[in-house]
Amino acid sequence: MASALLHPGLLIVIAGFALALLRGRARAAVALAAPLAVLALILAAPAGIAWSGTWLGLEIRPLAYDALSRLFAVVFAIMMFAGALFALNQQSRLELPAAFVYGGAALGALLAGDLVTLFVCWELMAVGSTLVIWSAGSSPAYRASMRYLAIHLLGGVLLFAGIAGHVAATGSTEFGRLALDTPAHWLILAGFLVNAGAPPLSAWLPDAYPEASWSGMVFLSAFTTKTAVYVLLRGFPGTELLVWVGLFMVFYGIVYALLENDMRRILAYSIVNQVGFMVTGIGIGTEMALNGAAAHAFTHIIYKALLLMSAGSVLYATQKRKCTDLGGLFRTMPLTALCGGIGALAISSFPLTSGFVSKSMISQAAGDEHLLWVWLALAAATAGVFLHAGIKFPWFVFFQKDSGLRPEEPPLNMRLAMLLFAALCIGLGIFYEPLYALLPFGTGYVPYTGSHVVVQLELLLFSGLAFFVMLPMLRRTLTITLDVDWFYRRLAPLLVRACSLALRAMGESLGMAKDGGMRRIKAATHALHGPQALFARTWTTGGMALWAALLLAGYLLVVYV
Amino acid sequence: MIAEHLPALQVVVPLAAAPLIVLLRQPGVAWALAVAASVFAFGASLVLAAEVARVGVISYAMGNWPPPWGIEYRVDALSAFMLVLVSAIGALVAPYALRSVAAELPREQHYLFYAVFCLCLAGLLGMTITGDAFNVFVFMEIASLSMYVLIALGRDRRALLASYQYLLLGTIGATFYVIGVGLLYLVTGTLNIADMAERLAQVGGTRPVLAALAFITVGLSLKLALFPLHLWLPNAYAYAPSAATALLAATATKVSVYVLLRFYFTVFGAGLVVRTLPVPEILIGLSIAAIVTASLVALWQADFKRLLAYSSVAQVGYITLGIGLASADGLTAAVVHLFNHGITKGALFMLVGGIALRAGGVNFARLQGLGRAMPVTCLGVTLAGLSLIGVPGTAGFISKWYLVLGALEAGHWWLAGLVVLTSLIAVAYVWRFVEAAYLSAPAPGAARIAEAPLPMLAVSWVLVAACIWFGFDTSFTVEGARRAAALMLGGAP
Repeated sequence: MASALLHPGLLIVIAGFALALLRGRARAAVALAAPLAVLALILAAPAGIAWSGTWLGLEIRPLAYDALSRLFAVVFAIMMFAGALFALNQQSRLELPAAFVYGGAALGALLAGDLVTLFVCWELMAVGSTLVIWSAGSSPAYRASMRYLAIHLLGGVLLFAGIAGHVAATGSTEFGRLALDTPAHWLILAGFLVNAGAPPLSAWLPDAYPEASWSGMVFLSAFTTKTAVYVLLRGFPGTELLVWVGLFMVFYGIVYALLENDMRRILAYSIVNQVGFMVTGIGIGTEMALNGAAAHAFTHIIYKALLLMSAGSVLYATQKRKCTDLGGLFRTMPLTALCGGIGALAISSFPLTSGFVSKSMISQAAGDEHLLWVWLALAAATAGVFLHAGIKFPWFVFFQKDSGLRPEEPPLNMRLAMLLFAALCIGLGIFYEPLYALLPFGTGYVPYTGSHVVVQLELLLFSGLAFFVMLPMLRRTLTITLDVDWFYRRLAPLLVRACSLALRAMGESLGMAKDGGMRRIKAATHALHGPQALFARTWTTGGMALWAALLLAGYLLVVYV
Repeated sequence: MIAEHLPALQVVVPLAAAPLIVLLRQPGVAWALAVAASVFAFGASLVLAAEVARVGVISYAMGNWPPPWGIEYRVDALSAFMLVLVSAIGALVAPYALRSVAAELPREQHYLFYAVFCLCLAGLLGMTITGDAFNVFVFMEIASLSMYVLIALGRDRRALLASYQYLLLGTIGATFYVIGVGLLYLVTGTLNIADMAERLAQVGGTRPVLAALAFITVGLSLKLALFPLHLWLPNAYAYAPSAATALLAATATKVSVYVLLRFYFTVFGAGLVVRTLPVPEILIGLSIAAIVTASLVALWQADFKRLLAYSSVAQVGYITLGIGLASADGLTAAVVHLFNHGITKGALFMLVGGIALRAGGVNFARLQGLGRAMPVTCLGVTLAGLSLIGVPGTAGFISKWYLVLGALEAGHWWLAGLVVLTSLIAVAYVWRFVEAAYLSAPAPGAARIAEAPLPMLAVSWVLVAACIWFGFDTSFTVEGARRAAALMLGGAP
């Protein structure tokens, strides 16, 4: 009964406002109890529409449960709990309330049974997440949050125009499957894809997330992109375009993560990469693929949060974020290193971890549909993920050279949060039935067959081997300076370098052209509209009267001719 | 007995209050009279609106001379809706004015302010309620002349120039209007609007009628500040006393839009204006120019009040855009936005008046860090700012929604996109306030600034609450606008 009366998203948002007012133990109690209560609520709620009404003559259903939304809502609630636990000792008084508003809005978007509610939650999510970035308090964070907000407002505008068009054409606000047959549906898809971090606007994610605080990024990694995956699953399953968009994201993430030096930016690129897998699965669109995408979103939230908690703990303890400044931390932070390692294994879909039981479904679906190129690309990408996130992150941060840093382990609450998610990563990898039971379709998929495990292990072992063979080159790309060294005159490294240089140059010239263009447009706009410009200055009375005369002449001309 | 004469009393009470105030002169009494008159007008408008919802159209013959010979007061779905808006703003600005006027004007001018305030209200209500084209002109002049005085009462010496420019341009506008009405009188031999409409339908689009259309369009475009005839507006709003700005911004241009709607859809008829002439295209073009340029100009203003004035020009653009679409949804959007923008801008200018009173001005340099010193005021500005942007859950969203639907219905995808994209510029200029008030270090001396006086805050917050309320409960606004739109389009042959 209670489950029909209470809205999980609303409860989390209200808890967020309460957190802003509370202090000390009461604050901690609310932060931890609210997500757990909401989790119980979600699990107990019967499927179907719980809230409905009309607004502006439109049917709205702010609270509706089905298998898919329940799956996502469960993992969002778990994430809110672990994130809150991890962030309890965060000094910023704004971040946790903002994260709750953000998470609550994301839950609202999941449980929205109509497009209008979805849009409202979508915008609230953008505001909440901006505040999370902003609460890091630094000026780069502020600027990044403004860029982030601008992109998301643009995405919101696309979505709004699309929803308005859809409602105008059909008169229905129901959020069901949408075919790509009208401009309205294209706009809705574009709005969704902006939040998913799809090209050509992928860059907002690695630009903004790493500027958040050590705990803020843990929340950010979970909600925005996964809500986008959820709405794509609901609105556009089996849209072939998404296969290619997803594959692009997969490789975009890998290439940039390999070139990157900032540990949390590596993980940010890796979010794009992982969401790419899910988007590809949605594009394939069979029951197996959709199950895979949904399950992968579930497990990805947990292991990516675990990786970011581990990176966040390092940042918290050392105040350093570049791989080149870190290394050898396993000596004094063994638990953080262990948990980071478990997360790394999970993201690489090592057997007996959660990533294995989810991602293999997407590959299986590609294989079942005889999409050879997709299957090959996914297999190659799996190896690429192991390179950049599975080995690169833990290796350079916790092992490699001794950086001389001897930081302590983080406080108890952060350690507990990491242990919880590490346990979930392993637990879901072994006892996967509860997760499979939550999936929208029953496919009877069995992850642990001989061929699955062997293929996966082969892939991972060979890419692991490749990592250590190519280690000298990888290490060199980590430096910021690009000195010409005798070492680089050898052919293979030169090629790598040429590629990276070309990529970088392309990125820079694109960026510069964009900047230059923007600057010129801005200058021209300012020249016309600035304080003393043509449109803004006080005109003489004669000038104003002249306009009236001209307009009258114009009208007379038009109506007479 | 009284109820029967309510249409006349609606205008006569504030009109009679003005000379009474001049005779009594005592500031306190003047204020009390102004409040009483405007509250009465509000009550009368509510009764009339309820009556119209019941019986359809109320026709009142002035001095028992039956129309079309005598002057007819005519209340229908559209004018009842407008009367509620204008008188509601009047009834809120009058109590607000007490502290604001006391601070901004020398004591010997107080009674003048209240007298002119009542005249202005009477003029605006008269323009709305009358069913006679020439009577509209008379009330337009009453309203305009009193507005010139209200603006000229501003403390800033630039107020005089602003008032003078408005006087010249307003007079040109009124002259154009009366020339247009004169041409129509020549063709039809009547001044009663309903009668004129009937006779024009027989005449069709002859040359004098087309000329009349052009003159009336341009004359009213001046009055309602349609781009590029908006140039008088920013200075007039910026330098007038705070209470005067709140009244003008929320009602004056809106009533001119109402008269334009009346002429387009009742007198000339949608058949002539929309289907045979390219008037909608011109209107849409100018509206887009208004929305884009005025929003961009607002972005770079150094003075918050002036920023809001330019934003008004842009918002008028959204209203005329809805008129230009000339469909049920477009007209609904236009009428709803008349109301929603009226309450939003009313709230903003009232709150800004409070800031001007306490901080000594609303230049962005003075707004720095004001979020701490005046939290209630700044929260109100932010909420009303959200409504100005059109965030879901505020009144502004409702109008944007119908405007987008109207654009889509007409098949103008790009127009729908433009409407939502330009709201991003509004995000940027509202953000400037948020940034200054909440994110900047307080200016020296800001700590001594107190919250605005309670009566001013209270009435401002009534409007802020209305901005939120009408974002959820649309039974009055949208239903009223729908009936008005149906009335206008139903009048088409």
